[in-house]
Amino acid sequence: MTSKISRRAFLKGSVTIAGSVAAGATVVRAASALNKGAKEPLATLIDISKCIGCEECVYACQESNADKYPNPEKPFPEMYPKRVPVEDWSEKKDVTDRLTPYNWLYIQHANVTVNGEQMELTIPRRCMHCDNPPCVKLCPWGAARQEENGLSRIDPDICLGGSKCKKVCPWHIPQRQTGTGLYLDLLPSLAGNGVMYKCDRCYNRLEKGEIPACIEACPEDVQSIGPRKEILEKAHALAKKTNGYIYGEHENGGTSTIYVSPVPFDKLNKSIEKGKGKPHLKKVADSMASGNNIARAMLIAPIAGIAAAAGKFYKTAKEDK
Amino acid sequence: MKKKQNIQSWLYGITFFFITLSGFAQMPIFKRYYIADIPGLGWLANFYITHVMHYIFAGIFMGLFVYSILDCIFFKTDFCLVTKHGMIKIIIFSGLILTGILMVIKNFSGTHFSYGLIITLDLLHIILSMALIIFGLYLLIRPKKELLSD
Repeated sequence: MTSKISRRAFLKGSVTIAGSVAAGATVVRAASALNKGAKEPLATLIDISKCIGCEECVYACQESNADKYPNPEKPFPEMYPKRVPVEDWSEKKDVTDRLTPYNWLYIQHANVTVNGEQMELTIPRRCMHCDNPPCVKLCPWGAARQEENGLSRIDPDICLGGSKCKKVCPWHIPQRQTGTGLYLDLLPSLAGNGVMYKCDRCYNRLEKGEIPACIEACPEDVQSIGPRKEILEKAHALAKKTNGYIYGEHENGGTSTIYVSPVPFDKLNKSIEKGKGKPHLKKVADSMASGNNIARAMLIAPIAGIAAAAGKFYKTAKEDK
Repeated sequence: MKKKQNIQSWLYGITFFFITLSGFAQMPIFKRYYIADIPGLGWLANFYITHVMHYIFAGIFMGLFVYSILDCIFFKTDFCLVTKHGMIKIIIFSGLILTGILMVIKNFSGTHFSYGLIITLDLLHIILSMALIIFGLYLLIRPKKELLSD
């Protein structure tokens, strides 16, 4: 892995050095912005046109989060029924072309034609950090949490690995590792199946006033982080300036990962490889909307109960007369 | 009057059945244990369908519960006529409704409950539903003699 990084770094040469200087300045600006409003919802802007697919962000993420990665106990407990899948990535830690429990960020490739010109775009993909994250809100154990600064993360000490978060996530981001976590101490054969892992937007670095590792490491200044309102303004200004397109602002009711692309996202979505651990770029409706609309309508339920009782009271009083 | 009580009991029965079914479906167990593979029950593995269903039946349950309480207050000569088993049910119902309402509020965008509170609510809601099921089963299978003295 080290030789791969060195080769890439060498090939990028002067581009990387020049980019690093620019990125360094951005890091300082972003860090000071974060310190100003620690509790404010934060968002990240990803300018796809700048990404060269060097994977520096991928390796920085792996290095920064290495101590959070699972150390599964083997052999895994036998699970019942037999259909329960064992998901073991512990022997494939160096996979970087998809999301895994050991790789929370990867680079997606898209070959698109714009105005007759063939282009290859590279897109950093990870958790979108939804404004109202279904992974957090629908976890039956409360193993996932959303911080006041908008990031969502899964607590590896509580998660049982049921994978509900992955099923309810519109992009199926969380990835499971079997043989680790609380389920081993409960009913390992009958319930649970490990722990789910995904990008936690480097919450521990943010707590210290530092920016996420992927943003800091990027030599091309692809990503920036700041208060959501400012990031959205920046994204719209960039899209206007470049005749670009925005993704993530309204998806799933709003996210705090805003992509700006020179190519429409439906075109990108057709071009990228999608599948397990490889999220799409489709339009996404608000997953929590139906439930929350019904919840609002539920306010009538107690009123209906009161009305029914009042009706009965009125009828009885009338009959007594 | 008896007909009305029967309708009420049926409404409670149907509501309990679906609220319990959709509640358990919030845990990833129906697919694992082949229940969602039974023809016609595939929807039990769709968390969004069962989530909405749980909300709908929770609304019906709240309406019924409020009606029953008011009915009890206004039409029984003495509110204390409620049996000790009835009181246990009222306590469990109230706990389920309270934790349920807070969990519904938690699911709205922009609401931030502390992490400890969310786990407490999740666990309390599950424990209370289990308690209700166990208590309901006990009432069904208890000796008839006890039923008469109730």
